[in-house]
Amino acid sequence: MSIEIEHINKRYGHFTAVDDVSLSLPEGQLTALLGPSGSGKTTLLRIIAGLEFPDSGRIRFHGEDATDVHVSRRGVGFVFQHYALFKHMTVFDNVAYGLTVKPRRLRPGKAEIRTRVMRLLELVQLDWTANRLPSQLSGGQRQRIALARALAVEPKVLLLDEPFGALDAKVRAELRRWLRRLHDEIHLTSVFVTHDQEEALEVSDRIVVMNQGRVEQEGTPEEVYDHPANPFVFSFLGQVNLFHARVQDGQARIGDLALPTSTPEDQPQGHGLAYVRPHDIEILPDGSAQGALAAVIEGITVVGPTARLELKVAGGKDLIHAELPKSRLRSLGLSRGSDTWVRPLNSRVFMDNGARAS
Amino acid sequence: MSTLASPIPPLSSEAPAWQRATEEPAWIRRLLIGIALTFLGLFLVLPLAVVLYGAFEQGLQVWYAAITEPDALAAIRLTLLVVAIVVPLNLVFGVMAAWAIAKFEFRGKSVLITLIDLPFAISPVVVGLIFVILLGSQGWLGPWLAEHDLRIIFAVPGIIIVIAFGTMPFVARELIPLMQQQGKEEEESSLTLGANGWQTFWRVTLPNIKWGVIYGVILCNARAMGEFGAVAIVSGRIRGETNTMPLHIEVLYNEYLFTAAFAVSSLLAGLAIVTIAVKSLVEWRDERQRHPAAA
Ligand SMILES: Nc1ncnc2c1ncn2[C@@H]1O[C@H](COP(=O)(O)OP(=O)(O)OP(=O)(O)O)[C@@H](O)[C@H]1O
Ligand SMILES: [Mg+2]
Repeated sequence: MSIEIEHINKRYGHFTAVDDVSLSLPEGQLTALLGPSGSGKTTLLRIIAGLEFPDSGRIRFHGEDATDVHVSRRGVGFVFQHYALFKHMTVFDNVAYGLTVKPRRLRPGKAEIRTRVMRLLELVQLDWTANRLPSQLSGGQRQRIALARALAVEPKVLLLDEPFGALDAKVRAELRRWLRRLHDEIHLTSVFVTHDQEEALEVSDRIVVMNQGRVEQEGTPEEVYDHPANPFVFSFLGQVNLFHARVQDGQARIGDLALPTSTPEDQPQGHGLAYVRPHDIEILPDGSAQGALAAVIEGITVVGPTARLELKVAGGKDLIHAELPKSRLRSLGLSRGSDTWVRPLNSRVFMDNGARAS
Repeated sequence: MSTLASPIPPLSSEAPAWQRATEEPAWIRRLLIGIALTFLGLFLVLPLAVVLYGAFEQGLQVWYAAITEPDALAAIRLTLLVVAIVVPLNLVFGVMAAWAIAKFEFRGKSVLITLIDLPFAISPVVVGLIFVILLGSQGWLGPWLAEHDLRIIFAVPGIIIVIAFGTMPFVARELIPLMQQQGKEEEESSLTLGANGWQTFWRVTLPNIKWGVIYGVILCNARAMGEFGAVAIVSGRIRGETNTMPLHIEVLYNEYLFTAAFAVSSLLAGLAIVTIAVKSLVEWRDERQRHPAAA
């Protein structure tokens, strides 16, 4: 079931939470709504679910207008950030809830409900908790029960609001991979909200980057990561270094380093900003290479196999960040205070007014 | 760790006094508990004992005669009737008001919250007078009521109205903070799972606020039985007709029938104790259902 979102607007008083958002979420895909806090992700998700009403715009499920369909008849599964399990019911009753509230003629029999619930509990690997209360489960277990409960009514669309937000890093990473596998197994159209770019890049088929109620970019994780549409998306998807550059004749010049920009024709000219990821900063042993900038190492942090350097370029004000394998750091024989040379390998240049130049 | 000059001393099994940061010295604890118990004894247990002593001083037969005398029976019946009408009324109102306040945003919400507290803020005597002015034969609606042969003041409907008014806040007051704190995510989950509003209320909302409802009902019930000031004004104190138990007790007391007054009082106190006992029983059964192993 595909979801079409057409010109959705939502205001709270004078504040615009969702600003003319149009999206098309293809059937069977796992889409991540990614954006900083307050960017309107939850609001948009709740509008899709029918828990919130847009001021204008339409929501279509598989082409059919669902804007005025009541939440209880939309056939969406919704997983809340804080689980929202029914505290007074056992795990079994929680999962069975959606089946037991069906109108009598559609309600499966007791035995049938039992089998279906136990099958779901096995799917989330928690069948042994059936008789417990939610308060007797860990956070990760509660989240999986919440998911099983949402799946029990066989929704056509699964919506998850920061499903792993309240969990620790390790459980988070495990659960999101598990969610990915689950999604592949049961083939739903799923949308999940996150403000963690790593999570979005790792598990989703599509990423929708939101900011201030608007969609900044949508695409596959590769598209969004490798070809960010604007500086916001670039900075939001990872750490960046900024270099001032002169853009001329299809080239961006940083000092005497010239980096090619991809589309030479109809290039704007003038002042631009070159965005460089830390792993695209090359550390050189000497200044012989063309375009190398002299720098001093101000700090070194080693995280597992990767070394992160903080450097100060001669004449520059800001610290720049570089990443390289720990072994490379060792072979270069660098330590804090060492003089070295850096060179951006790859960059994305945006004109100062935000227009993309490369 | 190996470079540390002085190793961390092992934890001794005997906890020194300063380790219990949240616990007061024993004498303070005893003092506080002692004060609380003395207070309870003086202001709760002692009066109750006096009532019971006064009631049964002249034997069980006198007590029984006092509470089965026709006027007393009428007062008991009237009180139970009032409770049977007022408590369900305020239960429904309280749950609805709390639901609206906790789960919806609307204009005039703060006004509604203030209004709910009003019956507590106004003296019961004033409440009584307000309704007399509104509904009495000399009152604003008096002529209209007389025309339609409706008698409210100095009759049972008036008593029910003032008591309903006076006990209105109990259930709502108990539930509003509870429901606000619980938020609406569980209800929203229920809706996304296909339940309608009615199912959501019975299966999700109500179980979550059960204890608040029970406490609210007990308080409402106790106050409805014991309400005096407002009832004294609107009832007209017609013996055997519009006297509730508290009014009947006052009449007996004014006529120097102390034993009878205490007997009816003991019954009123007994009813209160029964409600609390019922609540405890429900609580205990609920607890046992939840944790069968612990019981
Ligand atoms: N009921 C409401 N009343 C007023 N403002 C609201 C309401 N709900 C959301 N907002 C505002 O709308 C904006 C978007 O909120 P939303 O919850 O969608 O953000 P979000 O992207 O989910 O953020 P987060 O990552 O912090 O959850 C926020 O600035 C918030 O203050
Ligand atoms: Mg949110």
